[in-house]
Amino acid sequence: MNSRSPMVKLEYQHRQAAHCESGTISALLRHGGLDISEPMAFGLSGALSFAYVPVIKIGGMPLISYRMPPGYVVKGLARRLGLKIKFERFRDPVAGMQALRSHLELGRPVGMQTSVFWLPYFPPDMRFHFNAHNLVAYGFEDERYYISDPTFESPMEADGRALQKARFVKGALAPRGLLYYPVDLPATIDHRSAVEGALRQTLRVMLGAPLPIIGVKGIRHISKKVRRLGRGADSGDSQGKLFLGHMVRMQEEIGTGGGGFRFLFGSFLQEAGKLLQSTGLGEVANDFTDVGDEWRRFALYTAKMIKGRMEFNYEVLADQLQQIARLEESAFLRLKGLQLK
Amino acid sequence: MKIEDVPQDNSRAFAGERKALYAVDAEGNYTITVSNGWEAEDIVLELALTEFREHARAALLRVRTGKASPLEYHMYSKRMDAKVLSQSSGFFLWQVRRHCKPAVFARLPQSKLERYAEALGISVSQLQEIPDEQSEPHG
Repeated sequence: MNSRSPMVKLEYQHRQAAHCESGTISALLRHGGLDISEPMAFGLSGALSFAYVPVIKIGGMPLISYRMPPGYVVKGLARRLGLKIKFERFRDPVAGMQALRSHLELGRPVGMQTSVFWLPYFPPDMRFHFNAHNLVAYGFEDERYYISDPTFESPMEADGRALQKARFVKGALAPRGLLYYPVDLPATIDHRSAVEGALRQTLRVMLGAPLPIIGVKGIRHISKKVRRLGRGADSGDSQGKLFLGHMVRMQEEIGTGGGGFRFLFGSFLQEAGKLLQSTGLGEVANDFTDVGDEWRRFALYTAKMIKGRMEFNYEVLADQLQQIARLEESAFLRLKGLQLK
Repeated sequence: MKIEDVPQDNSRAFAGERKALYAVDAEGNYTITVSNGWEAEDIVLELALTEFREHARAALLRVRTGKASPLEYHMYSKRMDAKVLSQSSGFFLWQVRRHCKPAVFARLPQSKLERYAEALGISVSQLQEIPDEQSEPHG
């Protein structure tokens, strides 16, 4: 040990968020003086999506995602708003921990990518091997770190060893100690062009993807898959249940804000509508509330069927997914028809 | 979803925590609000946790009857599978599978045991043993 400070605790406002990445970047920007709400950060990044990629398996389950890959919110938002975000990765965990301390000593709270499983403050039943969690460190005292984890209502603390493990876990989406912080923020934002750019991009993904596994087409694709599960000669109910359970977990578990990010997106549209004085955007926001509600209904039916409180019927679930696809398609088409200029 | 429809099912998995989500108030305005759990979510979470517990339970039996090495049990008890353990330890998938055989595991040098212990977050001596009872990950 040398003459470095034994303790730093920065003035940092913890705020809970629906999604870890949009919550982290929104809080870091607010700290830097740029007030961007979590839904705006999410929506402007263009991260809303749907993808069903059977060839990529995670824990034996196909990749099902309701948003773009991890890291997209921060990078997409930076690109859209012309923010300069500095990213640092480390080969050596000790160097990575020293860099974290140095930033904190300089008075700079930093965003970090970590594993969920190795964070000691996560409730045991929520600990899975997901390596793209995001949080902010805002201080330390000896070997304990002050953490603002947007998943939780209150600030947390983590012991340095555990934090190091969570930052340097190897495997899929390995964080490699990623630290990030804004270095240059614009004084003003052209909300109109940012919103337009984000909507164009989201529309491209949701309606115009050339692959049948992405966007609204992807929802129809997975509906067919669910129907096939029910018709398979040996559909193996436990396999089907695991598949559907996995899908619902990806949709509802911590970090999606419920309804597969659709409520978060609806909230973004509403806020954007107010900023740009567009009643049209406000109306489409309501459409996405309905879309989110239909996703929740899908989750509810699935859970009831798994529990045996409702007859297990793949056709009902496949129909519900078709219904969602129809609603999403018409909401996105309505969005496309809006003239924001 | 309306704020009054936000489920408050007091999920055991949340261990007293609440999570944030966006819902609309009486005027139709989106606001951030909290939920202490939703039963539907609990059901699918439980399904996934049961799957891991079952794997760990089966592995424990296999270790006791000499069909598997303790590595197999510890892998599942940390909610991993061979692929995740392979990625986090740096061993090839086929090596992990081979090291799950008792005879092969027994001959592993200290350095390889240390790599597994590090990936699993346990000590080498813990890695070489199995508990009397199945354990759950905890902080």
